[in-house]
Amino acid sequence: MTGLLGQIGFVAGRSVRRTLRQPGILVPSLIFPLFLLAVNTPGLQQITRLPGFPTDNYIDFAVIGCVIQGALFATTTAGSELALDIESGFLSRLSLTPLRPAAILLGQLAGAVTVGMLSTVLFVTIGIVFGVQFDAGPGGVLVLLALALLVCTAFGAIGSLMALRTGSGEAVQAAFPLLFVLFFLSSINLPRPLIEADWFRTVATWNPISYMVEGLRSLIVTGWDGAALAKGFGVCVAVIALAFWAATASMRTRMARA
Amino acid sequence: MSRTRSLVNVARAVAGRSLRHAFTNPALLLPGILFPLIFLVAFAGGLSAIDDTPGFDFPSGYTSFQFVFVFLQAAAFGGVFTGFAVARDFESGFARRLMLAAPSRAGIVLGYVGASLGRYAFTTVVLTVVGLLAGMQVDGTVLEYLGLVALGVTINVVAALFSVGFGLRTQSIQAAPAMQLPVFLLMFAAPVFVPLELLEGWLHAVASWNPLTAILEAGRGFISGVPDHPWAAFGIGAGLAALMALWALRGMRRAEARG
Repeated sequence: MTGLLGQIGFVAGRSVRRTLRQPGILVPSLIFPLFLLAVNTPGLQQITRLPGFPTDNYIDFAVIGCVIQGALFATTTAGSELALDIESGFLSRLSLTPLRPAAILLGQLAGAVTVGMLSTVLFVTIGIVFGVQFDAGPGGVLVLLALALLVCTAFGAIGSLMALRTGSGEAVQAAFPLLFVLFFLSSINLPRPLIEADWFRTVATWNPISYMVEGLRSLIVTGWDGAALAKGFGVCVAVIALAFWAATASMRTRMARA
Repeated sequence: MSRTRSLVNVARAVAGRSLRHAFTNPALLLPGILFPLIFLVAFAGGLSAIDDTPGFDFPSGYTSFQFVFVFLQAAAFGGVFTGFAVARDFESGFARRLMLAAPSRAGIVLGYVGASLGRYAFTTVVLTVVGLLAGMQVDGTVLEYLGLVALGVTINVVAALFSVGFGLRTQSIQAAPAMQLPVFLLMFAAPVFVPLELLEGWLHAVASWNPLTAILEAGRGFISGVPDHPWAAFGIGAGLAALMALWALRGMRRAEARG
């Protein structure tokens, strides 16, 4: 077995193949966000008439909601796949090989991140077809894809951590509504300064998802906003680092037990 | 034993069992309460600025406007969860034993619908308390509020009959997403965030024909004390309930034929 990169590639190949072979994972992560986009855009278009709203086309604002929802599905995809490997004993058998825990963890994420990125590309393409304009220009699209990659990795890492802590696919699925709550309690539907309810604005300000949303969205509605991008990238890196640190510790414990 | 008596006895037994099962398994009861609460918090809290949008003139404020949607949505999804129970009972083999033992098969359908109403009664109380705590303004009279509750009951019965019919046909919990999807589509193809007049594009066209729009508008009329064609809404509800009752009873016949 080769170095760390080779080991990651080996596990990642299996993860991507396994995930892409399951339409049951792919379809909901595409259909559900697109349906909400189709309903929210004409339903909330009037909100763009509020003073201070950053765009006059709600789809510019709403398309990022799809990207984040796609990333949320990455949590359950990554978590469920890893939990299945734990439940079936595959992870225990892997522990007998020279594979390093970090390689298994990173490689296992590949399937979920691939699905997250495929859905991001689809959502952005559909958005552009329906009139989304990037104020940051074509370069903004590339930066959006880079940030979306980190967002998917961050949520995937959280899913992996849940799987390693609980060892149960059912528990990972059950945690999905909690993440969905966090999604809604962010600046996903309105810019934070326009949220009237004080408690909601406070929760949204402490919610890391708000910064991911605002970083991604700035490229469409504001242009090059260094502060929003720095916060978006910073939050993602922090979540990834924390989740990986905790997941690696859990993985070591599980592999030692096996 | 008369036919009516056996219908009532079977319905009572099935409803009692389903309610005991739901109230002793938080995993079954909580989603029906938590999801509407999440939507209430997200929509009424996060989107309250819609109150200031030009053209939005709902007299009781945005929390009440959203409360009615969430209230009726809880009724619809509470009804759909009944189909999950039917499917689970078939998968475990209980439903077949029940069909052998029950002198009235229509009573089984009635029992499941009764259980759905029992769960919805609990959800109604929780949602109303949370709505009032969240600052919901009720400008209608007690009678008008009961009118809103009656609309919720109607929607709950319609959705329960729909999902029971679905569960009797598919007899598999794997059909759960297919039970939820049409209800989800109908609910969100209505004036969820703003009144019908402020909707734009395809959604305005679809919502104008969506039967749930009339029910939603009547509910909002009740809470604001300005009734908005309530009899039309109840008429639509009764028509849908009659259609879905036929669907559920025919589903029972199919289940009987399958043995």
